[in-house]
Amino acid sequence: MTPARMVLEESAPSNLSRRHVDFKTKVLTMFVVFANVFGNFCLSWGMKHQAPVLANSPLVYIQTIFSPWVLLGTTVLVVWLLSRMTLLSWADLSYVLPVTSIGYVITAFVGRYFFGEQISWQRWLGTFAIMMGTILVGLTTPNTTSHSASDELAK
Amino acid sequence: MKWLMVGLIVGSTVLADLLQSFEMKRHGEVEVRDLHPTRVGGMLAGLARRGLLILAVFFMAISFFAFMKLLSVADLSFAVPVTAASVVIETILARLVLKEQVSLMRWAGALCVAAGVALLAV
Repeated sequence: MTPARMVLEESAPSNLSRRHVDFKTKVLTMFVVFANVFGNFCLSWGMKHQAPVLANSPLVYIQTIFSPWVLLGTTVLVVWLLSRMTLLSWADLSYVLPVTSIGYVITAFVGRYFFGEQISWQRWLGTFAIMMGTILVGLTTPNTTSHSASDELAK
Repeated sequence: MKWLMVGLIVGSTVLADLLQSFEMKRHGEVEVRDLHPTRVGGMLAGLARRGLLILAVFFMAISFFAFMKLLSVADLSFAVPVTAASVVIETILARLVLKEQVSLMRWAGALCVAAGVALLAV
């Protein structure tokens, strides 16, 4: 992209740009959530079905890391880490954290249906509270610090 | 052992997230075009030169291994939610250290998440 085009994009009508920034933040947030859930699922599947109970020996750790499901889970979690770092360059930590907590809810469902873990009514209530928290924070403006896009738009 | 791992996970996660958020804000917004497969390497090389980010990854590694250990002794639907205790601690520190504007709605949201976590750990 040429510098001239970047300048043009930055001087676009502010409400349109703001919506664009919010939209890309939300899309990446969803990606971060699903990468986290899928990565944890693979890891847990690998730990339950392939790995021996972890001893304190480093060799057993290394052996476990190279089992297929654990390897896949680890790879997905590396992608998750990088996408989350990108998200943190776009949005506040106090926005990213509660909003990505919706992943806990999805993980609870995954635990219920794939691992047959028992989920008590307290856990369902907890799940509901996390969802409410995610919705509340999701309604706020993603970036409030000085490097934010909103500051650039205000210029 | 279970709760020792939970403590280790929460402590190192809090440090990792604060360092990451601080350093990524200092780095500036990652552009979508930098995520293209041909350019992502250069972007990562730039990030790898940031000391605090390396420290953050180190804390994430501690958190990750402690989490693996926890998964081998506890249910996934216990292990994942209980580590979310870091949400409230991190929101407080985001306000105090990172100087983010935490609105009433965000506090309410963070508290809802924390309450949810407490219930999940019952």
